[in-house]
Amino acid sequence: MSINTFFQHLSNGLALGSLYALIAIGYTMVYGILRLINFAHGEIFMISTYVVFYGVSIFYLPWWVSIIVAIVITGLLGIIVERAAYRPLRNSPRISVMISAIGASFLIQNLAIVIFGGRPKSFPIPDYFNTVIQVQGVSVPIVNFFIPVITLVALVILIYIIEKTKTGMAMRAVSRDYETARLMGISVDNIVSITFGLGSLMAAIGGVMWGLKYPNLIPLIGLMPGLKAFIAAVIGGIGNIKGAVLGGFLLGMTEIMIIASLPNVTGYRDAFAFILLIGILIYKPSGLLGQDIGEKV
Amino acid sequence: MKRITFLLVLILILSLALTACSAPAAEEPAGEEPVAEEPAAEEPTGETEEVVFGVFEPLTGAYAAGGAMELEGIELAQELYPEVLGMPIRVVVVDNKSDKVESANAATKLVDQEKVNVVLGSWGSSFSMAAGPIVEEAGIPAIGTSCTSPLVTLGNDYYFRVTFIDSFQGVVMANYAYDVLGAEEVVIIQDISNDYAVGLAKFFKDEFIRLTGNEDSIVSIASYNTGDQDFTAQLTNIKAMNPDAIFAPGGYSETAMLVKQAKELGLEAPFLGGDAWEAAEFIEIGGEAVEGVVFSTFFDAAAPLTPESEIFINAYREKYGEDPASVTALAYDAYILAIDAIERAGSTDPEAIRDALAETVGFDGAAGVVTLDENGDAVKNAVIKTVENGEFTYLTTISPK
Amino acid sequence: MIDKKNIIRLGLILLVLAVLTILNNTMGKYEIRILNLAGIYIILGLSLNVINGFTGLFSLGHAGFMAIGAYTSSLLTMSVIQKESNFFVEPIVPWLANVQIGFLPALLFGGILAAVLGAMIAAPILKLTDDYLAIATLGFSEIIRVIFTNTQSLTNGALGIKGLTRYTTVHYTWGIAILTILFMFSLRKSSYGKALMAIREDQTAAEAMGINLFKHKLLAFTIGSFFAGIGGGLLAHLMGTIDPLMFRFLLTFNVLLIVVLGGIGSISGTVISAIVVTIMLEWLRFLDGVIDLGFMTIQGIPGLRMVLFSLLLMVVIIFKQNGLMGRDEITIDSLGGFFARFRKKEA
Repeated sequence: MSINTFFQHLSNGLALGSLYALIAIGYTMVYGILRLINFAHGEIFMISTYVVFYGVSIFYLPWWVSIIVAIVITGLLGIIVERAAYRPLRNSPRISVMISAIGASFLIQNLAIVIFGGRPKSFPIPDYFNTVIQVQGVSVPIVNFFIPVITLVALVILIYIIEKTKTGMAMRAVSRDYETARLMGISVDNIVSITFGLGSLMAAIGGVMWGLKYPNLIPLIGLMPGLKAFIAAVIGGIGNIKGAVLGGFLLGMTEIMIIASLPNVTGYRDAFAFILLIGILIYKPSGLLGQDIGEKV
Repeated sequence: MKRITFLLVLILILSLALTACSAPAAEEPAGEEPVAEEPAAEEPTGETEEVVFGVFEPLTGAYAAGGAMELEGIELAQELYPEVLGMPIRVVVVDNKSDKVESANAATKLVDQEKVNVVLGSWGSSFSMAAGPIVEEAGIPAIGTSCTSPLVTLGNDYYFRVTFIDSFQGVVMANYAYDVLGAEEVVIIQDISNDYAVGLAKFFKDEFIRLTGNEDSIVSIASYNTGDQDFTAQLTNIKAMNPDAIFAPGGYSETAMLVKQAKELGLEAPFLGGDAWEAAEFIEIGGEAVEGVVFSTFFDAAAPLTPESEIFINAYREKYGEDPASVTALAYDAYILAIDAIERAGSTDPEAIRDALAETVGFDGAAGVVTLDENGDAVKNAVIKTVENGEFTYLTTISPK
Repeated sequence: MIDKKNIIRLGLILLVLAVLTILNNTMGKYEIRILNLAGIYIILGLSLNVINGFTGLFSLGHAGFMAIGAYTSSLLTMSVIQKESNFFVEPIVPWLANVQIGFLPALLFGGILAAVLGAMIAAPILKLTDDYLAIATLGFSEIIRVIFTNTQSLTNGALGIKGLTRYTTVHYTWGIAILTILFMFSLRKSSYGKALMAIREDQTAAEAMGINLFKHKLLAFTIGSFFAGIGGGLLAHLMGTIDPLMFRFLLTFNVLLIVVLGGIGSISGTVISAIVVTIMLEWLRFLDGVIDLGFMTIQGIPGLRMVLFSLLLMVVIIFKQNGLMGRDEITIDSLGGFFARFRKKEA
């Protein structure tokens, strides 16, 4: 492998990894507070890309307005999903909640097929984002510079919210123990809603970035990114935002680098992510940055 | 209280879904009035006096787009030719959900419950293959539309098709790469979870090695999976190999992304592909990046192959205001070939139709002249197209040797 | 008393067999196909019920185990010529090229291989709880699918296998379904079954009672995978063709739907809901096509059927978590009780 090729791979891995990281942040927030794999996260992500598409191509909204609309709608959708599918089951066995989550995910996916149709749509990209920059023989589409920056900015803002604000403190309390938090006068329902809203908002930002990089919209696009983001969150230690970012970068980089070094196994790509997931679950279930929480009896 | 909220949300979502869909649904019947009323008007005169064409297509799921395009062709054909032997033709459409199990169910429903005389479909070879044993057992002839895998008709006396097969298509593209592009070294990047792409890659590879006489002329075979969006790692590897051309069999939505990312990485080698690329979305998604790609397909509106082509193209333009896709033409051909076979047989008996189909020679379809060989596969011309200024553009026609 | 019950049981089974034979001879191919599918879904539903229902482990890997059973049995029943015509991209591996055995042994072999692989897969991940286990099993089933897609000379990759002799008949599907039902009832009665349910109710307490968690969970997975493999083999020989795409998550979803609707843990619930869901999946097909109400036609909306099914799943899990039967069963006793009450009313 020439040095140029290596740096090209590195740049590709960085871009893919930061996208995974961006989506994983939302995933991990929701898990942190509800201890629930929100299967519908990928679907919420998918909806945001469609909102931008329809905003630009049907309602002729300016590009940035569509993005804001998408973020708002997607945030609301997250809150609705939580109210409809998860809240009624808060005191039920976790298996029930999970089945409900799978149901919600299939429901949104199929509603999207019904409403948007199965044919792929082309995500509208402003010309500016179509530019490719050459750095020492390495080609970098301009959007690849934006994604890591946005991921890091989002990370900093969220850490600020969680560590420094009252709401953030309440979130941390709820994620530890509902009952105690409630006794402390925290409105658990509101905090959960806020978390879902924030998480979905992150999914929307991830969706917009994904669309800019991969402008191919089908109702199933949420599926794989959703699973990969979950894997990233597990690698980093689920519930931990910094961990999610780290996990995302690692996963993206691993995927690219395995293909780079073993070109004959390209067809097995998706298997690597799952093998990585299972490996982490077996050997370090709390993830790289997660804390070990013993089983509650 | 919570439950009431939940119910309200459900109702909201459902009503949203229904209103969103009822809008186009409400408009459509107006446009399709002749189709909807034809069978109804005939009904009182005699219930048994009709011919039933069963259509199974992926109308939902991953390949809904393909199914929708083919259905357009069949609907158009029915508007133009609503009758055969003086009897009205009723078209029964079932969805195979882009799924093999469902496809077999759908085919069983057609031959068993709907008592169809002929089965038409489907987009996607694997769905057609799932239906294969069912139509054979029932003794109902089936006409494949755009299913190009050799396995569909192989060893099945009841399955025919109006399209050429992948082995021919692979040979055509290998010859194009060798003769026209003068390529010596080619890289293949295939969708490994797509039977069509894997088959095409194999036929291309065999022919290209035969042409060059060099076992290593296929430098590398890279793979990806249906639904993948990121191909940068594979493409960076390919760029380092510096091939003369890249053969990339796969679905249009993945390959459009693939070619776009290749151009972003500065990969200059020309891309070659198969008929699946021919969809408006390929250009919409790929944008400027797909300019200059070359692929083989069945048909081009700019180069009518037969008088029937003109009738089809004009009718389609009038109804939809744009140029038809290749698979739409093939579905149209499947329908009119069925009519032709029934007329030649002078009967609507499935066995008689089958025998007539097997003897099809020089049938003028919208997508070229069809002669069926001993397997029931069409021997016909392939059209080579490229993308120029955001449009599919006709390059040349290649005849079978 | 026990003898009497057994006689009633035997009578019931014979009755079911008689009804099936009559149906088999009178129904059209389409109905028979659905009947076959219902039988297969009963086997699949029950096999998932051992893992999810009896033991309370949440597995989402069923499609993978089915794939193993389907591929194994198919590769074993195919004739040499069938193999040659299918494997045209790459020839089949030599050690499989000339093997051909009967349908039943092939089916059994598929089940056993699925069970062995199921146990091997489950062993390292059994210590995971709830959602982690679910996602790990989902991961394994995806890995199996990816491997089957890539091993061209073993599974024929994406091209799949075509032209299988369609051995599956109502006798096979329902015969095996009945055997499965009987097995499930006796499993639940046995000390193993009681241990599994103890684990479901309270893992820590069960462990304190001296139940070997690992051994019993592994047992549940092995049994579940075995029957999933059998179901997969039956499905393959009903369809006559298989490919890796058949074994996506959607297939697991269908089986999960059956178990949840029937009542997680209930055998009779699973059986009833397998039949109902299979028929509904077909019957609701009209939603995707044109709906003719006589005075107006509604253009069908593709996808609406799956919307309805996912809604159904959610509504059941939110409003009636116990499904159709909860953990109750239709037994000889309850039937007896039902008729006794009926008689009293009449009198």
